[in-house]
Amino acid sequence: MDKTVGSLAEAVCDIADGSTVMIGGFGGSGAPIELVHALIDAGPRNLTVINNNAGNGHVGLAAMIEQNMVSKLVCSFPRSADPKAFTERYLDGEIELELVPQGTLAERIRAGGAGIPAFYTPTAAGTDLARGKPLAEFDGKHYVQERWLKADFALIKAEKGDAVGNLTYRMAARNFNPLMAMAAEVTIAQVSDLVSVGDIEPELVVTPGIFVNRIVTCSAPQQEEYLNRKGAVYPKVEL
Amino acid sequence: MKQTLDAIKLSNAQIAWRAAQDLSDGSYVNLGIGFPELIATFQPQGREVTYHTENGILGFGSPPDEGDEDWDLINAGKKAVTLNKGAAFFHHADSFAMVRGGHLDLAVLGAYQVSEQGDLANWSTGKAGVPAVGGAMDLVHGAKKVVVVTDHVTRKGDPKLLSECSMPLTGVSCINRVYTSLAVVDIAEHGFVLREKLTEISFDELQALTGAVLHIDGEIAALKVPDSLT
Repeated sequence: MDKTVGSLAEAVCDIADGSTVMIGGFGGSGAPIELVHALIDAGPRNLTVINNNAGNGHVGLAAMIEQNMVSKLVCSFPRSADPKAFTERYLDGEIELELVPQGTLAERIRAGGAGIPAFYTPTAAGTDLARGKPLAEFDGKHYVQERWLKADFALIKAEKGDAVGNLTYRMAARNFNPLMAMAAEVTIAQVSDLVSVGDIEPELVVTPGIFVNRIVTCSAPQQEEYLNRKGAVYPKVEL
Repeated sequence: MKQTLDAIKLSNAQIAWRAAQDLSDGSYVNLGIGFPELIATFQPQGREVTYHTENGILGFGSPPDEGDEDWDLINAGKKAVTLNKGAAFFHHADSFAMVRGGHLDLAVLGAYQVSEQGDLANWSTGKAGVPAVGGAMDLVHGAKKVVVVTDHVTRKGDPKLLSECSMPLTGVSCINRVYTSLAVVDIAEHGFVLREKLTEISFDELQALTGAVLHIDGEIAALKVPDSLT
């Protein structure tokens, strides 16, 4: 079963207007920036994006927002060194924000991938972010019911991958990527190093191929942090 | 007060030093981004502490030299870090299982306000703007001990230790201890208990700068930091 596709453009070509798209990464670490830029080139609109953040500078998710492709963002921390793209549109009421505590965001995605429609967490009990959610008491403590999160597509970044979709990650670039891989109808992984099937030790596979639908090689991926330091803007100026 | 408040109160580095003296050997610790991160700088010699960061590292170390950053190796504040021997990477759900599951020994956070019930407000001033919560609401649940480092009063001089928080809460009844610029205060069943205070301030003066009753339970120790530390 060969899941490789020939190009970034081909990998994202069927992401339609109105889709829900998970995008891996924590800030720039683990962000599949080349897949995101390919999605900008494809240009679907009215997307719901699930990411920990709301973009930084003028590349990656921030550039998607600048292109007015995103109508709703589900995230925990919509601030960054340069959050202008999101901030302006949020304050103008052009983009909806669902603010989710970071651990709850991770667990909602994990639950989505694991077939658990809801769960209880102590996080946010007694706070504004629990408003409207079912509450319960277990063993004398207060908990908030949270629903799973699923998506039509997940765009993720991995270090090594093989044609059957097994993945490994590089350092803390793992973050949300393995969770999102589980929680989408179609998971699209950009890998820095496409290796032969069998070359990843089974003991070392982090994301088993069953969770991955498409693999595209991007052998020298950019880092958002470097691009922002160079003042890069996508798609207007390519550096 | 013999001297102005600004002249006697501890700097953030001095508060961090005091909090660091309570780091226990062999503990797993999460330091919130910003001010609490300073605590690692003052970790007492001979004590082994493993630091956790929400984005999936246990056992990270000091920042790298400029130019040596690897932007896949960052902490929750998105600053570059290094790895200590024995470090481990994991995904975000495992990371927050460590938090909520009661596996961390200590979490240290900053605060806008802390109430005598141990409620914390540190994520939103409640004013207009872009709300952002990050991992703060998760970190206040699960760590065996959750403490705060903060100035004792706001920039305007209003108390930050209060009978009730007026700002949006991060968590309810979640804080065990507060290290301030003037005192060390525990939160007990009946409210704030003063453990240490600067000798330059009297109990009555400290009480006047605190928005709830400071209870006394045994000796009030002198809050001291090294003279060399500013």
